[in-house]
Amino acid sequence: MNFGKQLKEGLLTQNPVLVQLLGMCSTLAITTTVANGIGMGLSVTIILTLSNIFISLLRRIIPEQVRIAAYIVVIAGFVTMVDLLLQAFFPDIAESLGVFIPLIVVNCIILARAESFASKNKPLAAAWDGICQGLGYTVILLVMSAIRELLGSGTLNGVEIFPADYAAQMLALPVGGFLTLGVLIALMQWAQSKSGKGGK
Amino acid sequence: MNYKELNLIGSSSPHIRTKDGAGHIMGEVLLAMLPALLFSIYNFGPRALGTTAVSVAGCCAFEWLYRAALKKDNTLGDLSAAVTGVLIAFVCPVTVPYWILLIGDFFAIVVVKQLFGGIGKNFLNPALAARAFMLSWAGEMTTWVGPHSSVPIAGAFDAATYPTPMALLHANDLAGLKQMYDLPEMLVGLIGGSLGEVSALLLLLGGLFMIFRKVITWYIPVSYIGTVAALTFLFPRGNDPLEWMLYNVLGGGLMLGAFFMATDYVTSPVSHKGQALFGIGCGLITVFIRYFGAYNEGVCYAILVMNLTVWIIDKNIRPARFGEIKPAKSKEKEAKGK
Repeated sequence: MNFGKQLKEGLLTQNPVLVQLLGMCSTLAITTTVANGIGMGLSVTIILTLSNIFISLLRRIIPEQVRIAAYIVVIAGFVTMVDLLLQAFFPDIAESLGVFIPLIVVNCIILARAESFASKNKPLAAAWDGICQGLGYTVILLVMSAIRELLGSGTLNGVEIFPADYAAQMLALPVGGFLTLGVLIALMQWAQSKSGKGGK
Repeated sequence: MNYKELNLIGSSSPHIRTKDGAGHIMGEVLLAMLPALLFSIYNFGPRALGTTAVSVAGCCAFEWLYRAALKKDNTLGDLSAAVTGVLIAFVCPVTVPYWILLIGDFFAIVVVKQLFGGIGKNFLNPALAARAFMLSWAGEMTTWVGPHSSVPIAGAFDAATYPTPMALLHANDLAGLKQMYDLPEMLVGLIGGSLGEVSALLLLLGGLFMIFRKVITWYIPVSYIGTVAALTFLFPRGNDPLEWMLYNVLGGGLMLGAFFMATDYVTSPVSHKGQALFGIGCGLITVFIRYFGAYNEGVCYAILVMNLTVWIIDKNIRPARFGEIKPAKSKEKEAKGK
């Protein structure tokens, strides 16, 4: 087990959003405000970590043929818990994230980590993997939502930075999600090719 | 005969090269746009010149800064940034604030063009993509002044919103439009609209100049304008198909788009057949947006959408190689024989 390597992979070289290109749907949809980005990122991190631990514990019990269905059941259980907790304690965030919290059940990041990591590793490593990959996802959501909120509506976490008349509305619209994500992926590829390690 | 005695130089084609580079061609495009620009200065006032100058300066500055920052060779000489600058100014209202213009310049040059590798690598027309992005500021981008106005280069102007021909056509108000502008005014360009799109006549002249100088081929403009003309003539809204067609062809950005934007080498098909198909597609989408869309004008999005289909067109319509005989029929016979 290599804590440093896993952390680096989650944040940079195997970043779930920018390198593995997983979880695009929620990434594009909810990154309109910083609060949304943090809420979604942390929810996914918690669910990812817990489901990784459980799937790792159950890895010898789950039959090969029905493993995807079994993973989904485990993930759905944690999603329901987080969904209810959010509704109870953070009703504002739960409302603005809307359907995207239940949709975490089919979020590719969680399924991909279950399939490619948790089902092959011990619980502690799986838990750390969940935290690292979740952090990688959260950081990107935070960066994207900060860019889109600042340039698209002139605010940062609800605080006005410059008048909304000067903001490029386009960035707060779905188009802006694609644009921002594209630019960030390009930057990541560029950085990886510069460092000469990742990439092809 | 001995081959070597002929004193031939053996090398692969091409054997004859033109001295004209991209800069030469872009210079002719700029020349072709000049009459329309001069007319716009007459029609809208000195601000038209200010807007165009700021846009060109912005595009050239961003191109130079990006290339210098990444230590790449300087490409200002090919004049493509200047052409993009003029075109961005041409598709904006004359009253567009300079800061929005500069953001559009940045988007066109850095995001659409340079991030994909610079001249020849962009997959969208930079000027039109910039216009689509600049619509973020919808209010400023749809404030039109009428003809014969003289908007000063800086300072206050009468920002009364003035209906453009396209707005009236979109509302199916041909009678109202005829009252406002007669056909000669539409042709010459004494109408409201985007800075460079108003004078259909001078844009047509510029386009013909480019075709005559072999800067562009006639396939895209003819198929594009022809499709729009045919569709609006066959499905007019009103009792007079001919007038409806003429107002549709002369109004809006059709002439500008068909001659100066759809024909952009990088974002249009290579083969003549493909170019005709590209033009027809642009025409179809333009008319669909004008008839059924929420926007008054569809030229910008029509060309952007067709830009995205160029790779499919180029993949499937390839020019026949010299001397190539299509084997399709003999294969069919073989298949039947078996």
